[in-house]
Amino acid sequence: MAEYKRPQSEEEFEYNFKPKKPLMNDTEAYYESSRCLYCYDAPCIKACPTGIDIPLFIKQINTKNVKGSAQTIYDANWLGNACATVCPTGVLCEGACVYNHQDVPPLQIGRLQNYATSHVISSNKGLYKPGISNGKKVAVIGAGPAGIACACELRLLGYDVIIYEAKEKPSGLTVYGIAPYKITNKEVLDEVEYLQNQLGFIIKYNTPILKREQLALFEKTYDAIFLGVGLGATAQIKIKGEDLENVVGAVEFIEELRMTHHELKIPEKVIVLGGGNTAMDAASEAARMGAEETILAYRRSKEVKGAYDFEYDLALGAGVRGLFNVTPVEILGNKKVEAVKFVKTEVIDAKLQTVTDSEFELSCDMVIKATGQAKQRTFFDLIPNLEIDSKSRIVVNENTNQTSNAKYFAGGDAINGGAEVVNGAYDGKLAAKGIDEWLKTKA
Amino acid sequence: MIDLSIDFAGIKSPNPFWLASAPPTNSGYQIMKAFEAGWGGAVWKTLGVPTINVSSRYGAINYRDTRMAGFSNIELISDRPLEDNLREMEEVKKYFPNHAVIASLMVDTREEWIQIIKDVENAGADGIELNFGCPHGMCERGMGSAVGQEPAVLKTIVEWVMDAAKIPVITKLSPNISHIIDPGLAAVQGGTDAISLVNTFKSIVGVDLDSYAPYPVVDGKGTNGGYCGPAVKPIALNMVKDLAQHQEINHVPISGIGGIETWRDVVEFMLLGATSVQVCTAAMHYGFGIVREMESGLRQFMDDKGYQTIYDFAGKALPNVTEWKHLNLEYDVKAQINEDKCIGCDLCYIACDDGAHQAISLSSNGNRIPSIIDENCVGCNLCALVCPVEDCITMERVDDGKKDNTWHERTENNTIPVTFNDDRAGGKGHYVPEPIEALKNRL
Repeated sequence: MAEYKRPQSEEEFEYNFKPKKPLMNDTEAYYESSRCLYCYDAPCIKACPTGIDIPLFIKQINTKNVKGSAQTIYDANWLGNACATVCPTGVLCEGACVYNHQDVPPLQIGRLQNYATSHVISSNKGLYKPGISNGKKVAVIGAGPAGIACACELRLLGYDVIIYEAKEKPSGLTVYGIAPYKITNKEVLDEVEYLQNQLGFIIKYNTPILKREQLALFEKTYDAIFLGVGLGATAQIKIKGEDLENVVGAVEFIEELRMTHHELKIPEKVIVLGGGNTAMDAASEAARMGAEETILAYRRSKEVKGAYDFEYDLALGAGVRGLFNVTPVEILGNKKVEAVKFVKTEVIDAKLQTVTDSEFELSCDMVIKATGQAKQRTFFDLIPNLEIDSKSRIVVNENTNQTSNAKYFAGGDAINGGAEVVNGAYDGKLAAKGIDEWLKTKA
Repeated sequence: MIDLSIDFAGIKSPNPFWLASAPPTNSGYQIMKAFEAGWGGAVWKTLGVPTINVSSRYGAINYRDTRMAGFSNIELISDRPLEDNLREMEEVKKYFPNHAVIASLMVDTREEWIQIIKDVENAGADGIELNFGCPHGMCERGMGSAVGQEPAVLKTIVEWVMDAAKIPVITKLSPNISHIIDPGLAAVQGGTDAISLVNTFKSIVGVDLDSYAPYPVVDGKGTNGGYCGPAVKPIALNMVKDLAQHQEINHVPISGIGGIETWRDVVEFMLLGATSVQVCTAAMHYGFGIVREMESGLRQFMDDKGYQTIYDFAGKALPNVTEWKHLNLEYDVKAQINEDKCIGCDLCYIACDDGAHQAISLSSNGNRIPSIIDENCVGCNLCALVCPVEDCITMERVDDGKKDNTWHERTENNTIPVTFNDDRAGGKGHYVPEPIEALKNRL
């Protein structure tokens, strides 16, 4: 039986996708912020990819300097609000909180960060002004977390910035690819607007960069180019039946869900293929959309799945059933998907092998492939001398995020193969500083 | 069988827990409710000359999530008609003949004192407390602390009162004086039966950052208040000790007042010589029910230690409160960190390095468990005090306990150091970093 009723309205959708980390009220924030020990050289800071001075911003909340608190956060991370809610804090800052060592609940750092940043966003309290114009221009390709962060930092340094975005909304996977119970579209868009209002970077929407001529023009017009292009569509798993109706990629599925909410109709039985965080999200979402049965099928064991345990627990809590050590061999159906044929797997000599004569079929009405996104290989080929590693990631200098083609810098999923929003935020900022240093030495 | 009853200068009470003269004793209703809740006595809110009060009367110090760690008021003595108070006093005594009802008084002339003493005696009061303490409002009219700060005047009024009173008289002292012995001695010389202390401390509890006026703000202005609550306990304890150790004073019983909230506070005041305690802020914060914790804890303490009455241990700490020159210079403790309990906050490290003697070093293996540098540890306790974990840092004795050598003895023996050449002189026995080491992160 489904744990969730099919949402028929926006209200019902919101009910099924209640935020996991709701905004704190003033009293909650006051008491929670009181608990921070203000550790020396705090482990939470080190656990944050952007190195936010967490004890400081918490102390600032406690002394009712909430604007100062938000400034501390944004000084380190341009996506301070988005990261507060979508970061896997349990394995980052909150996981590092020293309270854990005495079984005291760790500080709710993510929610406190949301409290401080939401305060300045909702009251439109500006914290930044663009730097004095230095007459230089930078093109940013992709308005995801890395691109936005890069643009903000560059504006602060006095650069003119134009972001080219293929889709109609900014923020990349933050708005298109993250489970709605982690962050709402409004929250994401409000933060970008808040930053844009202060720093004045331009975003050109629905402007995909697909041709060499476009890049050639950029190379002529701009002093530097930042690549925050992320990953591509869901990759093919290359089995028979993959092109049947109702076989969809997880990224595409989540994007449609985030854009259409309750209007998206989910069939009765859903099988999600994959063991990563996106698979967990997709499965959770299918269940919350009221699917009668949602099965998560992964080819390896539960223990080695890529997803965080808390994400798996979240999916289980939504009524998802986990099926491990099985791999799909064929998707069956006549026009529309009707079943998936699996074979059992086992690890022999550290190699994943299929078990002979262990094939079985599971009927279903929908298959969601969460087996990874394709890399932007075709796009990368448009850029001369761009070094790509064996996993199709752009190679960068880790201190500057400069690529092998000096004019190009890069960050986010395009260089790490797929990680968190917070990693993109860090990369974008680092690249902006790299661009600034490079252009200064050039001049 | 534990007997909590007391005979305080002839005032009998079923237990030593009294409500201090303050807002909680403003009416017969409140006092009857308090007696029902378990209080043994109550000092009626000061009766005297007619007054009017202002709106906004209290302010507080909140420390992190702790409300009212310190509390301040600008309320005057009772503004209710004297005849109402007297009638209610009579009624309280009718229902609670064995509880202690003490009338706090504050008037101006000798005639007024004589008349009001007669009034409260007729109403059935078991004793009188002379309010020579309030540091706000009434002192501007020559009463309260204006008396408490002038020992000669205080003595004269005590003499007037002793002449007129048939019931026991307690003189309540103001702490707003550099030498508490002076008013204490004056009260005893005037013939008082007992002393109570402390009244509130002259204070400004905070300043409003918008109206630029001190708390509590009365239409854009404020005045100094009387400060009390947990924050003042240490100062009160020291003053109680001063009187209880004084040979010309300590034959009269002392009622201890100042930040008492828990049984531990009660026992501490008693160990320093108090034989009744008075409570105000805790009752204002938590209501009269707070007395149950005090009584239960006091009984548990007495049971554990084998005491029958509070007189079995009252004053027991007094012989151990001595002058610095009588402390054993050979006694040596050093901090020890329990590695199993340490959570790695490193607050002890930074407290010691910045605030004490650079006697703690950081972990070199990344586990964040710091270690004590024995040669530098002076046994100051700071690390143990800042440590957030129960019993994680302990102070362990390292001398052999056989030697006793005090500054006083060395003075007598003519062996006090004349230069900084003693083994225990700072910098001799332990390492003090060179100033330039403070800048090592710059290099």
